Amino acid sequence: MNLANPLIAALSGNLNVLGYGLGAVGPGIGLGILIGKALEGIARQPEAAAMVRTTMFIGLAFVEALALFGFVLAFAIK
Amino acid sequence: MTILSTLPTVLAARPGFHAPGIEEFNYDCYGWSKFLGPACLNRTTILMLLVTAVVAVLFLVAFRHPRIVPAGLQNVAEYGIDFVRRQIVLEVIGPDGLRFMPYLVTLFVFIFFSNVLEITPFINFPVTSRMAIPGFLAIVTWALFNWVGIRQQGLGGYLKGLFWPPGVPWFMLPLIAPIEFVSTILVRPLTLSVRLLANMIAGHLILGVFFAGTVYLLAQPKTFVFGIGAGLMSIALVAFELLVAFLQAYIFTILTAVYLAGSLHPEH
Repeated sequence: MNLANPLIAALSGNLNVLGYGLGAVGPGIGLGILIGKALEGIARQPEAAAMVRTTMFIGLAFVEALALFGFVLAFAIK
Repeated sequence: MTILSTLPTVLAARPGFHAPGIEEFNYDCYGWSKFLGPACLNRTTILMLLVTAVVAVLFLVAFRHPRIVPAGLQNVAEYGIDFVRRQIVLEVIGPDGLRFMPYLVTLFVFIFFSNVLEITPFINFPVTSRMAIPGFLAIVTWALFNWVGIRQQGLGGYLKGLFWPPGVPWFMLPLIAPIEFVSTILVRPLTLSVRLLANMIAGHLILGVFFAGTVYLLAQPKTFVFGIGAGLMSIALVAFELLVAFLQAYIFTILTAVYLAGSLHPEH
């Protein structure tokens, strides 16, 4: 690693954390859209709340998995 | 290392803050169980057996003298079963999924109690944060939904559904078939187990960092005020982890139900 370059020198250390931070951006946006839309649906049609909530949790599990893969890989890859 | 055993270390090493890391999850075998060879017992296995015993005793005691108007423990057990029945089985699979109730209730209650160990005083270790347990549960679910699919649709029909979902034009097959196969056979059990594992590891580490940090901050007069804030936050996080413990048990069970529903009622 070229330590003369100040940027690279500053980035040395545990780069996995940086990767996880980047990996959490997409799922974060996804969760926002998903839960926001579900709330919108419940507000428009409160009698469908139970169904919307169940589907929301299933979708939430899939979106969340991406962020958690990043979290596990941050520890797994040395 | 539990949070309790972290306290003296943190107090002694004042200048350097020791953040808990991934090594907190490794326990050595107990000396007296060495005769079992590779199956020797450590803290994780003992806790897992404890959860199994607690769940078994809970249901045995609750339904020893079942009454029409439930009281006490029977109420608790019936509430748990009713939750899985209404919110998961009837909602996702439908009435013909009721024959999977024993498996789904066991899964839900076992995962919930395993997760709750994370915030149980003096234990403070979720056994589901070791890959063996969520991995095994995911393999059981994987075998079950494949078996149900083959029983329900026949081997040919099930494989056709895996490779060629209905409504896909033939020229898309080279693209769709591998994606569908990999996502059903490989990614499903992997995400199922990793989701539970990662949530529990993250929760344990967050609690560890916050409690160790609270003690570290309270030990110095200059940072005492921040220690109070960190302590209040730690208590709030315990409540949050209770929510996570419930949510992860719910998600694991509901995804098992979704996969079973996919095998029972294939798309046409």
